Amino acid sequence: MTKPLSKLVEEIKPSGIRKFFDIVSEMKDAISLGVGEPDFDTPWHIRDEGIYALEKGKTFYTSNAGLKELREEICKYLKRTQNIEYNPLNEVIITVGGSEAIDIGLRAVINSGDEVIIPQPAYVSYEPCALLAGAKPVIIDLKAENEFRLTAEELENAITDKTKVLILPFPNNPTGAIMERKDLEEIAKVVIKHDIYVMSDEIYSELTYKDKHVSIASIEGMQERTILINGFSKAYAMTGWRLGYACGPEKIIKQMTKIHQFAIMCAPTTSQYAAVEALRNGDDDVKEMKNAYNQRRRFLLNAFKEMNLECFEPYGAFYVFPCIKEFGMTSEEFATKFLEEEKVAAVPGNAFGNSGEGYLRISYAYSLDNLKIAMERLKRFVEKLRNKS
Amino acid sequence: MREELLSLIEKNSRIDLKELAVLLGKDEIDVVNEISKLEAEGIICGYHTLINWEKTSIDKVNALIEVKVTPQRGQGFDKIAERIYNYPEVRAVYLISGGYDLLVILEEKSLREIANFVSDKLSTLDSVLSTATHFVLKKYKDHGTIFDKKKIDEREVITP
Repeated sequence: MTKPLSKLVEEIKPSGIRKFFDIVSEMKDAISLGVGEPDFDTPWHIRDEGIYALEKGKTFYTSNAGLKELREEICKYLKRTQNIEYNPLNEVIITVGGSEAIDIGLRAVINSGDEVIIPQPAYVSYEPCALLAGAKPVIIDLKAENEFRLTAEELENAITDKTKVLILPFPNNPTGAIMERKDLEEIAKVVIKHDIYVMSDEIYSELTYKDKHVSIASIEGMQERTILINGFSKAYAMTGWRLGYACGPEKIIKQMTKIHQFAIMCAPTTSQYAAVEALRNGDDDVKEMKNAYNQRRRFLLNAFKEMNLECFEPYGAFYVFPCIKEFGMTSEEFATKFLEEEKVAAVPGNAFGNSGEGYLRISYAYSLDNLKIAMERLKRFVEKLRNKS
Repeated sequence: MREELLSLIEKNSRIDLKELAVLLGKDEIDVVNEISKLEAEGIICGYHTLINWEKTSIDKVNALIEVKVTPQRGQGFDKIAERIYNYPEVRAVYLISGGYDLLVILEEKSLREIANFVSDKLSTLDSVLSTATHFVLKKYKDHGTIFDKKKIDEREVITP
């Protein structure tokens, strides 16, 4: 065959993480701090519910938008945590992970040439998904001095008359940054003024260590223009179940459901039954896991302080984002050398956008024992570098 | 901090104080004071070690004994419970709702010793009406810890 493949797809750069993954996977005894998923098993009562659903023969398709029972539980959850009301019949869709919601949400609103604003550092799929939807990604480089929060001024400067959607990825992977109510209110003003949509990816919403997470959809005038994305992977340690959801105005969810219906049909049925159990009886599990993450977060920040490594205090997700600029190396050079010399893998910050250059993403979805060994090695490594210069 | 502190040391009583303070986000001195208070209030009752005796060459036999008793006027079950828990071989005594009254957990070196305890000491007590003894064949999980389970990290080493 000589006929060319899709130009659009071919031009998309492979994930920067992939390259690093290949190096790490060749090293057998390396300690990894590189994962973006919880180290906990899915709580047993949730797994049990999945098994039970299989035993009872609940192995058919659900409706395209997902089990009604689950959509109702999601609406109750958003009502009790954010005081936002969605209609389970036409304002919710269950997707294959938050990832699918990002993809179909963008495809549902984008016309060719529309601009999508993506604040970075951010999760790796927004940019490619925007490109595949035919949009032009417009990147905002978030700044460490703002604790990697998005400011109204930065947003204002990025908006043109072609701007269609702002992606709002908080609590943030990879920085751990959050947006508090006051920050969101400023953003909302700009968004409403320019009449654009917001895709708010709140997959880490349960993992905040300051105040409770605030969804931008709960701010006045925002629900009608927000696609709220969340899921079960991070809060309930259910990554492999592949289950997320999107809530938003009926007119958007209707279009998203159309794409989902033709591309996916429905999210996995077993996972949907398990997720109902998670929302009904999983609050204590979330609390327990969050406590453990918070302890590790404090441990890491203290370790950085002891080795004099610059790091702002992140209040969300399960990542810390220390600055390594003092060593005069790129993130990739630092991460590669750290891996070679100390056998610890952390993801270079630039894998999440150019503004991540000079930083390292360290995940604390690991046992404390693991983190202790890793921090001893990081300390040794950092001291060695400082002694050389 | 009390609840978080307790749940941390319940899982690891050997945790170092400095580390404990870091994990709780408190000053070390406050943590030390809180622990002393918890000890004084009788909330922290001891710092034991969980041992899987099956892996040693030392013989231990455990039995759970269901005991039905006649409660005594004015003292309820407390008096009879005390007579039972004072025996050093008794590991635990619980007052239970339902079909029987006291659950007695016994640890001895052999079946015979347990049999002797039940026939000579326990069932001869005046207020003991009946006993039913169950021997432990294998311990899978104790004090929230699963024995013989090594957790292998099956996640991909790097994921976005």
